[in-house]
Amino acid sequence: MELQQRSLTSRNLLVPIGSVVLALLVGSIFILVVGENPLYAYRVLLVESFGSINNIAGTLQRSTPLIFTGLGVAFAFRCGLFNIGAEGQLYVGGMVAAIIGVSFGNLPGLIHLPIAVFAGMLAGGLWAAIPGILKAKLGVHEVINTIMMNFVAYYLTDFLVTGPFHGGRWAPETDRVFPTAVLERILPPSRLNTGIFLAIVALVVVYIVLWKTKTGYEIRAVGLNPSAAEYGGISVARNMVLAMVISGAVASLAGVEQVLGVHGRFIQRFSPDLGFIGIAVALLGKNHPVGVFFAAVLFGALRTGGAAMDRLTDVPRELVVIIQAMIIMFVAADELIRRLVPRRRKA
Amino acid sequence: MGNVLEIDRITKRFPGVVANDAVSLDVEAGEIHALVGENGSGKSTLMNIVYGLYQADSGEIRLNGERVEIDDPRDAINLGLGMVFQHFMLVDTLTVAENVILRAEPQKFRFVDYRKAEQEVARLADAYGLRIDPRAKVADISVGQEQRVEILKALYRRAKVLILDEPTAVLTPQETEELFQVMRNLREQGTTIVFITHKIKEVLAISDRVSVLRRGKLVGTRSTAETGHKELAEMMVGREVLLRVEKEPAKPGAPVAEISGLYVDDQRGTAAVKDVSLKIRQGEVVGIAGVEGNGQQELVEAITGLTTARTGKVLLHGEPIQHLGPMRIKRKGISYIPEDRHKRGLILDYNVADNLILGLHTQPPFVEHRLFRSERHIAEHARKLVEEYDIRPPNPELLMYTLSGGNQQKAIVAREFSRRPEFLICSQPTRGLDIGAIEFIHREIIRQRDRGTAILLVSAELDEILSLSDTIAVMYDGKIVAVLPAQEADERRLGYLMLGGDPHLPEGDAERGVTAT
Repeated sequence: MELQQRSLTSRNLLVPIGSVVLALLVGSIFILVVGENPLYAYRVLLVESFGSINNIAGTLQRSTPLIFTGLGVAFAFRCGLFNIGAEGQLYVGGMVAAIIGVSFGNLPGLIHLPIAVFAGMLAGGLWAAIPGILKAKLGVHEVINTIMMNFVAYYLTDFLVTGPFHGGRWAPETDRVFPTAVLERILPPSRLNTGIFLAIVALVVVYIVLWKTKTGYEIRAVGLNPSAAEYGGISVARNMVLAMVISGAVASLAGVEQVLGVHGRFIQRFSPDLGFIGIAVALLGKNHPVGVFFAAVLFGALRTGGAAMDRLTDVPRELVVIIQAMIIMFVAADELIRRLVPRRRKA
Repeated sequence: MGNVLEIDRITKRFPGVVANDAVSLDVEAGEIHALVGENGSGKSTLMNIVYGLYQADSGEIRLNGERVEIDDPRDAINLGLGMVFQHFMLVDTLTVAENVILRAEPQKFRFVDYRKAEQEVARLADAYGLRIDPRAKVADISVGQEQRVEILKALYRRAKVLILDEPTAVLTPQETEELFQVMRNLREQGTTIVFITHKIKEVLAISDRVSVLRRGKLVGTRSTAETGHKELAEMMVGREVLLRVEKEPAKPGAPVAEISGLYVDDQRGTAAVKDVSLKIRQGEVVGIAGVEGNGQQELVEAITGLTTARTGKVLLHGEPIQHLGPMRIKRKGISYIPEDRHKRGLILDYNVADNLILGLHTQPPFVEHRLFRSERHIAEHARKLVEEYDIRPPNPELLMYTLSGGNQQKAIVAREFSRRPEFLICSQPTRGLDIGAIEFIHREIIRQRDRGTAILLVSAELDEILSLSDTIAVMYDGKIVAVLPAQEADERRLGYLMLGGDPHLPEGDAERGVTAT
């Protein structure tokens, strides 16, 4: 009897926005505990992340890898798969991009860069295909396997970066990639680079794939109701593998962007949990590209502003980690928020 | 005897709909009062108001002549009302007795007195003929037994008036018969029962009086002895209803599908279909009668490619298809209306339009340039089918789960019929639907037959088998035990065969449980 749409409505934005507000409220308790004024601290956070072109560039730079990992995780979610392996996928992707980047010094940039980017994506995609195939063919749970694949990726890249591809300097890192393989900086001194455009392209492409193609129709069908998908002639196994490949490829772009755009080289364990924060980004963004974009920007802003808050106030930067954690808790406990906001009695 | 429960001009509005419009209803002490109406006619809403789950916008409720305010189910329980819902609210990991006493535990030195609880539950169960083991874990008992636990919960709380919301929807025919016996025992011992259903047969079998709701309004109350199937059906639907499907005799043509020596295993790996052979010809309906769980499901899933047969052949126009996957089989011209529309037939979180292309979504015109969806054609297809099959509300953008069961089923029927199949398989096509929707779907099936489609119909409803089929096959324990022309079949004969009776004897004594299915 009750007619309600479950798509993008105000009711759907309630949980993400409510979660952020509640998390900030809880965060203010911690700020009070350290003896600061929450309003002041949050003002610093806001100004330092969005207050100037330079600050906005810094925020976007920190958001870029989160868009990739968030989008990758969200894509797998749409097929009913929980990809916890974005961290490993981005290391593998980043490493392959670095290897291509330090080799082939005589290629023109127009070819070198696309090859490095594409090879990184391909590597991440294939890396994610392994748990995908194990899930589709043998029913092994993808959560276990993607976690395990993370460790394999850590130690494999550890080996490569300290062994065959160790650069000329003492530190555990590769040589600089050739300038022809670099994602150019835009708006220096921030490290924002052309990877942000790649991220926006990825958002649009994922949107189109999911909602405008028959492939997306099949992937979402498998995610929503595998039995009905099977009945409709959709191969559940094939789509699961495909979804993992695309998910891994997109997530690995985070590593590619960090290597080719931010550091210019592969640095051992460079990622500050970008893959895991990506899970939070996907969750907060409701597995929708538009939501993922805003969630990634929010988390990017928290990291940028958090560093400044640490410098300018007595509030330690760890506060933003608490806020991030709170956001996830509140999103996960969405019923709680729904109850806080009065609603007409259900029919 | 006087009225124990009086509902006086109750009105309840939900956004956009009047669920109950000044409904007045008297329930006499000690009677079984049936409350019938189509899905969405407001019967459950009305009883939820009585039980305190909803508040009426206006009107009053009187118990034993006294006006009562029922704000929540706790008030209702204290006033001697009990209600058993369609969806049970039991804790799987607790025992029957523990579930019954939950929140009303007998105590001894402030500890729960489990011994007393078990004794009390056993005594109650015994008194009303509710066969159940108080120590069994709810997780281990059948749906029918879970329902008994719910009834015991109400009785344990000393319910004088018991409301049963479509209790038979989840029961097998045998369990239904047992429930009716329990209801008679309850009545004998003074409990008043309000029995919600939309099956007229059950009303006639068990109730003393019956009230009919249609679109939120009370159409009337009748004494069961003075009414009949026809009158009740008309009251429910609001117009004359064809109780028999009107059809010409079939004009069968060449065989379309031939199944021979088919063996199919169930999920546990034991044979569920044993050596089944069957031929379905153009323009005829072959009905498979049988108690559920005798291999019908596995047979159908093997034909449609959703499971793989162990051995045997399925031929379509003489060509073997038993090794093909679901998509290839669909493309050969087989349509399938699955038994479980929520699990198999629909993606509830997709909108109506997207559900109407499930299985067609890889074919032109719904795909352009081999990859992209053609929104225009998808929308056009949806608009056409929604109109042609009268799917309501007529908005293809609505998510499927917002539609009523009848309209969901219409959507499946629309999708599968629109493919103009040569071979159509219908499994329980009208389960849980109201009379109007059943009538519609039956008419559509016959229309398909008359355009020359070969149809295999699987149904647990003997009425449905008898009224639609031209040939009837009876399935028992995975085997086809008899095939007979529809003219030679009747309910008694089929019931006897379905329960494993010897097909070569005319009719034995072993026809218990065939009544009131």
